[in-house]
Amino acid sequence: MGLLEETARDILSGPDPWPALEEAGLASVGVPEDAGGSGGTLADAAVLLRASGRHGASVPLAETGWLAGRLLAAAGLPVPRGPLTAAAGNGAFEAVRDGDGWVLTGTLRRVPWARSAHRVAVVADGRQVVVADPALATITPGENVAGEPRDEVTFDGVRAERAAPSPVDAAGLRRWGALARAVQLTGAMRGALDLAVRYAGEREQFGRPIGRFQAVQQMLAELAGEAAVADVAVRAAVRAPDDEVAVAAAKANASRAAGRAAAIAHQVHGAIGVTQEHGLRRFTLRLWSWREEYGDETTWADVLGGRPGDPWATLTGR
Amino acid sequence: MANLSELEPGTLPPEAGALRDEVREFLAGASFTPRCDSWLTGADPAFSRALGERGWLGMTLPERYGGHGRSPLERFVVIEELLAAGAPVGAHWIADRQTGPSILANGTEEQKRRFLPAIARGECFFGIGMSEPDSGSDLASVRTRAERADGGWTLRGTKVWTSGAHLAHAILVLARSEPLDAGDRHAGLSQFIVALPDERVAIRPIRGLSGEHHFNEVVFDGTFVPDAMVLGRPGDGWRQVTAELAYERSGPERLLSTFMLIRLLHGRAADTADPAARRTVGRLMARLWALRQASLAVAGALAAGGTPDVPAALVKDLGTRFENEVVDAVREHAGVEPDPGSPDPLARALAQAVVQAPGFTLRGGTNEILRGIVARGLGVR
Repeated sequence: MGLLEETARDILSGPDPWPALEEAGLASVGVPEDAGGSGGTLADAAVLLRASGRHGASVPLAETGWLAGRLLAAAGLPVPRGPLTAAAGNGAFEAVRDGDGWVLTGTLRRVPWARSAHRVAVVADGRQVVVADPALATITPGENVAGEPRDEVTFDGVRAERAAPSPVDAAGLRRWGALARAVQLTGAMRGALDLAVRYAGEREQFGRPIGRFQAVQQMLAELAGEAAVADVAVRAAVRAPDDEVAVAAAKANASRAAGRAAAIAHQVHGAIGVTQEHGLRRFTLRLWSWREEYGDETTWADVLGGRPGDPWATLTGR
Repeated sequence: MANLSELEPGTLPPEAGALRDEVREFLAGASFTPRCDSWLTGADPAFSRALGERGWLGMTLPERYGGHGRSPLERFVVIEELLAAGAPVGAHWIADRQTGPSILANGTEEQKRRFLPAIARGECFFGIGMSEPDSGSDLASVRTRAERADGGWTLRGTKVWTSGAHLAHAILVLARSEPLDAGDRHAGLSQFIVALPDERVAIRPIRGLSGEHHFNEVVFDGTFVPDAMVLGRPGDGWRQVTAELAYERSGPERLLSTFMLIRLLHGRAADTADPAARRTVGRLMARLWALRQASLAVAGALAAGGTPDVPAALVKDLGTRFENEVVDAVREHAGVEPDPGSPDPLARALAQAVVQAPGFTLRGGTNEILRGIVARGLGVR
């Protein structure tokens, strides 16, 4: 385990990790220093994101650095301090030119962590990044099944604080989000695996730990296999974040694996696993949420299956 | 556990792209009928020799033994291209994949000079002499016996499921050379190279579900093996076969046995503009992309001198189940019945795949055994 991962573990397994993450400069890893981030590579950022999933931490890490931070930095805009979030504005949202600025009107749906974000960065109409303070918008709270904020944000003629041509279109931002959630999924799968293995070693029935039964061992091996394959695939995609095939396949596979991983972890845990008091929910509820966000396995299968040309050339990138 | 979760992605060397193009160019000009599971059921000695001429057999063997001193990842590129194309690679598959490396690791100078250049030319095929009628998953229970004879050993016993023994120039046999020690079942086993043909070796077909011949029963009835043909150290056979099995697991042949179906369904979906079929193709491509990354990562770890036995086991478990998943997924959209004699390539490929599919999760260690290895890696067993 590297130093970054160890630091992340110490902070993320604590009770209120976000202030500590910010203090340690870990909220904007992967965002260039000259833009106001902490520097480091996307792989470094992935180590942190994966750790947040593995330790079941409830933090807007993907949104602050991976999405908003990188988006703003790539657009040449300064990256503000504090938690951030990002969204793509579709038909229900528009940014209209007004003198030397932009005026924002309309609704953004299921914006992660909007209620507590210091700023939201929106890719408007696939062309312009606009930055605004969500406090100036009407926020209708919503959440995913893990209880993480997924809010509706409505602007009614709010002037953007900053704006610049966007380095990515809406599909590009979705790809960034998909890769982030894929990384988080691999962390959560590993967290679920760790708990299931531990429980199988502790829980005794018929006079021995249930992990001694081959039926349970076979399930745990499948869970480990899904987690490991998803993990190495996502790591490969993090090395090629602009490769649509890599990101689509890594997210589709991680989303698919998430369902199987959650099902096995619950089956191994028996009834105690489906209670609010048990820690397994920190992983499985997120697995069921994140597998859908920024495109589920079917969405990304359509992207891959719709590509022209021989599938083998697509798979090998040549 | 560390090696389970921290598998680094494999990186193909820069020259891999040009190599891939060369193989594709060769395949475009080669004459063969693509088939599913071609590494087991597609034997064509002339095709093997042609690969040998191109330098694509024995790639990782040193040049002084007729090999090509290429990296395992370059070999990965070549074999995945051949498999994806459904090329007839069955004749040389075992020799190239495992016997060559095993002889290089354990053999005498004389054995290396005799066998390795011939393997690299595609002129020496090997059979695997491991499984027996009463020894499958429990390989240490083999009962083929090797007894001391003047200047060598005498073998008695029966091996089964020996793919391509009827085409092979030699077979590498695991036999018990010392009495069973109940306290250490892995001790007292040795490996012997038996050159074929031999009048005291009987090779009989074990026909597959549709009557096809690739498996054999091989009976050793007092077969003499000179000392010079013992592979490695007598008594060290268990360690040697375990290492040999590492080459058998997690290669691209554990993912691609039914790839042809994906390619054919992709073509059909494009012709008919069928969105449901396209979605299925995309779903399978996503899974295959991920599994290929895992296979590549294990190959990279092996190339770096690691022993990723647990990751290799889990890749083979997930990979071979994927090969089966492909069959059912493609059936949903194919609109044709599996038909071995059909002029329609998809109907033909389905017929091959359906019949071969049960073997995917059996050969090279059943998936239940593999999951047992993973469970041990997790510490629950």
